[in-house]
Amino acid sequence: MAENYKIAIIGSGPCGMSAGGRAAELGVSHIVIEKADHLSDTIFKFQKGKHVMATPDVLPLRSSMDFSIGIREDILEKWNQQTKDLGVNIRFNSEVTEIKGEQGKFTIQLKSGEEIYAEYIVLGIGLQGNLRKVGVPGSDWDKVQYQLDDPDEYEAENIVVIGAGDAAIENAVALSKNNNVFIVNRRGEFARAKDGNIKLIEKAIDDNQIICFYNSNPKFIEPGKLTLETSDGEAEVKCDRIIARLGAIPPRKFVESCGIEFPNKDPASLPELSPIYESNKKGIFIVGALAGFPLIKQSMNQGYEVIEFIQGNKIKPADEPLLEEKFNSILTEGNNIDSLISYIRKQVPILSGLTGLQLREFLLDSTIHVPNEDDIIFKRNDYTNSFYMIVDGGVKIIIDENNTDNTVSLSSGEFFGEIGLIAGRRRSATIFASQQSILIESPRRTMIKLINSVDSVQKTMNEVALVRQLRTYLSPNLTNEALAPVLETAEIKNYKPGQILFTEGDDEDGVYLIRKGSVTVSRKIGGREIVIAYVPAGHYVGEMALLNNQKRNATIKAAINTEVIWMDGERFRGLLDTSDELRADVEKKLLSRLVEGESMHNRPDAGNIIEFLVAQGVGEATDILLIDENLCVGCNNCEKACAETHDGISRLNREAGPTYNAVHVPTSCRHCEHPHCMSDCPADSIHRSVNGEVFIDDKCIGCGNCERNCPYGVIHMAAEAPKKPGLLSWLLFGSGPGPGENKQWNKDHSNEGARKKAVKCDMCKDLDGGASCVRACPTGAAIRVSPENFFSLSELAGRN
Amino acid sequence: MHSSLLVFKNFLYLKISTVLVSICIIAYVIHEPLGKPNGGTWLGYTLGIISLLLIIWLAWYGIRKRSYGSGKLVLEDWASAHVYLGIALLIIATLHSGFQFGLNIHTLAYIFMIIVVSSGLFGLYAYMRYPKLRTINRGEASVGDVWELVASMSSECLVIAQDLNDEVYSLVEESDKKTILGGSLLRQLSGVDKNCISTRALEKISKLAENFTGDEADSARKLVTVMARKVELLNRIRKDIKYKAWLDVWLYVHIPFTVALIVALVIHILVVFLYW
Repeated sequence: MAENYKIAIIGSGPCGMSAGGRAAELGVSHIVIEKADHLSDTIFKFQKGKHVMATPDVLPLRSSMDFSIGIREDILEKWNQQTKDLGVNIRFNSEVTEIKGEQGKFTIQLKSGEEIYAEYIVLGIGLQGNLRKVGVPGSDWDKVQYQLDDPDEYEAENIVVIGAGDAAIENAVALSKNNNVFIVNRRGEFARAKDGNIKLIEKAIDDNQIICFYNSNPKFIEPGKLTLETSDGEAEVKCDRIIARLGAIPPRKFVESCGIEFPNKDPASLPELSPIYESNKKGIFIVGALAGFPLIKQSMNQGYEVIEFIQGNKIKPADEPLLEEKFNSILTEGNNIDSLISYIRKQVPILSGLTGLQLREFLLDSTIHVPNEDDIIFKRNDYTNSFYMIVDGGVKIIIDENNTDNTVSLSSGEFFGEIGLIAGRRRSATIFASQQSILIESPRRTMIKLINSVDSVQKTMNEVALVRQLRTYLSPNLTNEALAPVLETAEIKNYKPGQILFTEGDDEDGVYLIRKGSVTVSRKIGGREIVIAYVPAGHYVGEMALLNNQKRNATIKAAINTEVIWMDGERFRGLLDTSDELRADVEKKLLSRLVEGESMHNRPDAGNIIEFLVAQGVGEATDILLIDENLCVGCNNCEKACAETHDGISRLNREAGPTYNAVHVPTSCRHCEHPHCMSDCPADSIHRSVNGEVFIDDKCIGCGNCERNCPYGVIHMAAEAPKKPGLLSWLLFGSGPGPGENKQWNKDHSNEGARKKAVKCDMCKDLDGGASCVRACPTGAAIRVSPENFFSLSELAGRN
Repeated sequence: MHSSLLVFKNFLYLKISTVLVSICIIAYVIHEPLGKPNGGTWLGYTLGIISLLLIIWLAWYGIRKRSYGSGKLVLEDWASAHVYLGIALLIIATLHSGFQFGLNIHTLAYIFMIIVVSSGLFGLYAYMRYPKLRTINRGEASVGDVWELVASMSSECLVIAQDLNDEVYSLVEESDKKTILGGSLLRQLSGVDKNCISTRALEKISKLAENFTGDEADSARKLVTVMARKVELLNRIRKDIKYKAWLDVWLYVHIPFTVALIVALVIHILVVFLYW
């Protein structure tokens, strides 16, 4: 006799399993049908010991089963236990081949020939069951595999990894320890993967640990040999094994055979769903990755919710209580979260392009402020880098600090804070509320994610930011009419480190306003290229040739990743005619640059020092530790002070790092404008404080991404240091590290297995007197330099 | 930008010390004690108390230096004051003595004070002189690099020496295993090792190499080049060790004698009051 259930859940991944768990808990008749002989095949196939993340952090988990950040094995074990405890009815080793029928009486055909009847179907089949195959002749060779369980299983083999995504890179790097690894990349670079992984693979390729075939595709496979089509013709690779990690796409054929439609022909597109996850086919619900929710936590929540929906319970989304708390100050009896969200969408055009779920997630990360009239939102020179949107009311921007009545008003729908966001520098103006208002403040990371994922946001941001930046950096009193002609042809240009904006002797081609990054100005002196100045964001270059009607008299080179606003020369000249203030300012800068250029002319050493420092990352630093080797006596008191004030672990290595002309750049954090370490922190535990310090908070999970992402090697993973003993017990019994003894002690007592966390310089932000390394230097050799002093770096050279 | 502890705060502590010392000297000159000037007059006591306070405060530096992260003070501030007030102490304590010396505990305390201050002055001289020499000697390499470089040169020599006869190989091996850097204090301070195994090995190998021909001569030339580079580097490291040793050695006088001074001082004061 065939089996009959109310709900049949197909797939036992996080969503299916969670749905099964909820159904079991509610006592609903159900069955979970799983193709494999174990739970959640996708997680099961993760590399052994993989750190499984529980993003998004803010989203609460709503499931009958537990899940939190952890190691693959622990998570699977817990799930196995809990499905047993809850009494989830799972049928393993059962592949579904067909679904027929209508709501109330679906027939599920299994590969074994058996049939299962159900009233409702929950499809939680994900994408991983439908991996992209190599698909070339010979790919049925039994050594072609699409997953890697344990890289340590293989030794001394020639292995080809095909693919350029995170999975391919992680596999290749892990295998390269004990094997000869080749990686085949269809493109000329690795761009699809996470930053940290890109750095890993590029380093492995540079170090010859992995050989990479760029712009190459597999052509055919013979046992023991892979033939590639490369840009230089065919290439043969002898191999014992091929691992293809080409991603996964929806199993479209099967899904369509159930009567579910796809919105378009794109193979990556996903079926459209109702708010209760129901597909166009009544009675079939879709959850998890196939529904567009690839994250484990989201999927588990959906699994729970879909059972509730099928049971007819109209539950609110899991994030509702969080949003209610967030909106507490503006929630009244007359409105609710939904109406507030649609109000925000209506009021703030920049957010109108977001889907409901995107907007909810965005608001969860954000803060709602309800300032009163004259309340200050932020001050000029604050180091915050969040972004503000005005939902209601308005703010005023003080454009002239000397005359606080000189303000510009912004009203509902407009936004501010984007200049700091783009440049990564201090706030350029003070802003206060002009009336009681409702503001949304979003953190930098959330905003960057939004800009990168929603095109309309990026477009609006760029347009508005452009005008604001011109005003901020040129002259606050420029009128819209005066700016219009410049804006018409203005362009945003990007430069990579070392790329040249223009070369000495070129014809004049416009003015370059740096809005992100920094550049060096150099000139040929005595046949050598000598750096004569360093120009950070917020300043322009290229005006000299324009005003003098000459050819370029210097070469401008990007010091780091740099974004400039390019303005047409003629139109810029026109702009000068409209504003005496701007003209005077340009003239003044030009004169000082001439003077600086002349003095540097005779002191090539100073230029060399600037060049050296730029090469050490000063170009993107906001604060850097420099040691004068002529004063340093090597007492290491700086390191000791660092360790003493940071739980026994020094974040500074005085001796390491390069030296030029007695200026030593020790290995210590530069607190970059756009910190590399922040870019890929899964626990979101790296932040920038109001005063500019970049620091790591307690949420660090020890994944090591920041350590890999930092180009200056200033972050390291360290186990917690032992507690300091009291002075007497140290003196009499030698228990624990005494004053200044941490370094040796930690070395002697290191524990390999200890859990490590990332540590880095936080510039002693919690101490009153400032950085303890500098304060502990008895001879004045150690100083910290901030961007305001970068211009006078040349003093360094002149000081001897 | 960077400023050394001598010029710190535009010579603030030099000015303070100068004023303090000037006042003491003027007082000493115009004071007309009964009999010879000595520590027992009202001025003598005053100068003694000033000296005592200075000594306590100067010695406190050792503790202050290690109280990391507390307070807002900058150590350079203290170091600068420590130097100038230490020099002032030398003069004020001498005035306190009234130039009366003898074979007693009082003069012993005075001698200890002289030793402490002069070792400090030598330390100051070392601090002014050696960092610069160290920088020049080191060039652009950092210390870690240099050690790695020596190690890699040593293994390179061993590899090349495999192509040559056993005598050469054992010389190279000996130079790899037995070359000493550092060693006794005197050797560290001298900065040279007359019996450097590597230098001697280089000399011997050069001599042996004269008789090689063909491939062997090639290898020998290569070996001599790398060995010479290594010896040069070793000498540079020895110089670096020398400078570092001179930067540190004075502290082995300065600190113990400070402790001795404090002990002698306590006795000096007790004695003065007990045998009034």
